[in-house]
Amino acid sequence: MSMKHETPLLDELEKGAFPSFVKEIKRAAEHSEYAQDLLGQLELSYKEKVTHWKHGGIVGVRGYGAGVIGRYSDIPDKFPGVAHFHTVRVNQPSGFFYTTKALREICDIWDKYGSGLTNMHGSTGDIILLGTNTENLEPIFAELSSRGWDLGGSGSAVRTPSCCVGAARCEWANIDTMAITHEITMRFQDELHRPMFPYKFKFKVAGCAVDCIASIARADMSIIGTWKGDIQIDQAEVKNYATNGMDIQAEIIDMCPTGCMSWDGNELKIDNSNCNRCMHCIAKMTKALRPGKEKGATILLGSKAPIVTGALMSWVIVPFMKMEPPYEELFDLVDRIWEFWDEHGKNRERVGELIERLGFPTFLRETGIEPHPAMVKEPRRDPFFFWTEADIEK
Amino acid sequence: MAENLPERQTDIGPPHYVQFLPRVIKENYGQWKYHEELSAGVMVHVSESGAKVWTVRVASPRLLSTDTIKDICDLADKHCDGYLRFTTRHNVEFMVDDESKVQPLLDDLKAGGYMIGGIGDRISNVVHTQGWVHCHSAATDASGLVKAMMDELHEYFTEKELPNKVRLAVACCVNMCGAVHCSDIALVGVHKTLPRIEHDKVKNLCEIPSTVAACPTSAISPDPKQKSVKIKEEKCMYCGNCYSVCPAMPISDPKNDGVAIVVGGKVSNLRSNPTFSKLAVPWLPNNPPRWPEVTDAVKTILNAYIAGAKKHERLGEWIERIGWEKFFSETGLPFTMQHIDDFTFARETWRMAATFKY
Repeated sequence: MSMKHETPLLDELEKGAFPSFVKEIKRAAEHSEYAQDLLGQLELSYKEKVTHWKHGGIVGVRGYGAGVIGRYSDIPDKFPGVAHFHTVRVNQPSGFFYTTKALREICDIWDKYGSGLTNMHGSTGDIILLGTNTENLEPIFAELSSRGWDLGGSGSAVRTPSCCVGAARCEWANIDTMAITHEITMRFQDELHRPMFPYKFKFKVAGCAVDCIASIARADMSIIGTWKGDIQIDQAEVKNYATNGMDIQAEIIDMCPTGCMSWDGNELKIDNSNCNRCMHCIAKMTKALRPGKEKGATILLGSKAPIVTGALMSWVIVPFMKMEPPYEELFDLVDRIWEFWDEHGKNRERVGELIERLGFPTFLRETGIEPHPAMVKEPRRDPFFFWTEADIEK
Repeated sequence: MAENLPERQTDIGPPHYVQFLPRVIKENYGQWKYHEELSAGVMVHVSESGAKVWTVRVASPRLLSTDTIKDICDLADKHCDGYLRFTTRHNVEFMVDDESKVQPLLDDLKAGGYMIGGIGDRISNVVHTQGWVHCHSAATDASGLVKAMMDELHEYFTEKELPNKVRLAVACCVNMCGAVHCSDIALVGVHKTLPRIEHDKVKNLCEIPSTVAACPTSAISPDPKQKSVKIKEEKCMYCGNCYSVCPAMPISDPKNDGVAIVVGGKVSNLRSNPTFSKLAVPWLPNNPPRWPEVTDAVKTILNAYIAGAKKHERLGEWIERIGWEKFFSETGLPFTMQHIDDFTFARETWRMAATFKY
């Protein structure tokens, strides 16, 4: 198919070394009217420096309130191919592993019913099928779900949980991130597909404090693998690093944030009681150092992007939790948090913002979590604090 | 579509991941002992059992056609027994279980024009949002900015090493659907003019209490006479959240929308705590298709980091060590009124000490 629209500005972005998204849209446009008109509309945006997508629109598949994002062109007469250009979010498998057979199957469905354009993957983790019209939604869902695929979350629902590669291919994984993510996803299918919360709720699971899934910045509940006990040291391998040119004093000892390590050219010593498990030494000397043997996770809560009153990072609410199937301790905690959020949360208020508004101690009291010094960087500065009836002598 | 469709199923969740794991991954799950980075695009993980898996990583524009996905599948069929994966930063990873399979895979990837790299102390794929390709609230394009920026920086993906990883991100508006607020260098689309209230549409399209509540600076109040809302101009910080809630308050302004650059954030706990990115440049013009002002500023920041940072220091750690005042002098970026915080966390950012560098 020849290109329907002239796209001189976009053509410029076919040049250059990095893989080109314009080439991708043009490839799809070889057999897709959607992609043809997407090129035309996008070129116009490049020319006018403004988006040409209308605000929202509620569309979906029967019985679900989530998984499809409605999108309409604001100039459908000019670009009828993208008059409807809805997104279908397909729940990715944990860890983003695929067989080619499974991927081809999704591609074939999408070629038949959609634009042939995807995001592998969206920011939250879903397979994003980018651009189709309303009448194709049910057929797409039937084709996908009959082959074992389901939709992801959107709106005021549990959003599709995601995780790092974890134990599948990483020696630092303290928890089985892929299993935990799968369990969470399966447990909360109803909450994922039928928005019933004040706002979105994201889970992300990281195997260690390196946090390759950015859970601490991007998940309402961040589950980050950690350990108790001593870092395991292979002194012979430490020496190998030194022999092979690593300046252990400068690169490891001097960069340890707690100053809990020493190196005399022969033996590496760690004062484990002062280690905060930041992962620097383990990440840099991965053959020589390994996390301690008692594995679990730190559970943090509350992160979100800047809207409305500023970005938050998740903070510690459970310093250490064992993470073994069936994960009842985790799910019990989630239930208590959601009950608190459900009771007090305002429309479009994330759980982190709610806790800020009502106070961290109020949250702890109502969810039955005991205070712990790991929850704060420092105690309060000012001498104003609440007491309860029980604290008062009558 | 009247054709016969297969029977739909609901709430089945994603397919179980185990069926998608290559044999060497399945057999050594949880048994990995260490890994080594062999080059910019190849690493090997070694299991307690002695088994090894070699991973080859390639760049992706994230926006992929099904044709390209099928090409990738062809390569995975030929070299990787029909398995592949994607990373959390949208790279594609090919895995093989024998060293002899690495070079033929690399040869085919090179022949196919794939960009191999992104491993180690380099720039990996750029996390980004939809932009003008698919978003109604985009103040800029995301894919275009990524392409323009990475065309200039690709050597740091394929080859050149940096003091540590540099995580780049692009968000097309302040909603920041991506880890932009905790990246080494991030671009974010911003507005700098007021939303325009379409009074005749407000009463049909918007809920007035939630529109008022959506404003972080209390700039919006009800306007009962018009059955609409009004904006206290001097309070508006152009975040666009009112438009997210009320479609009758468009804020796009082609002449004044632009790109801000924030720097020094990270999500990892290595050495220093996870950190938010902070403002380096409040506004640069939207200048598609290549945004030269933006890419120049990014290169300026990156080059200053390369020149000044110690080995293993992330960009934010370098800035923390030298001080933000020094960051502005080292990069030559102007320090403006917009750099001084007057929003939620402002007080924590003012210098409450008499120590600083001239």
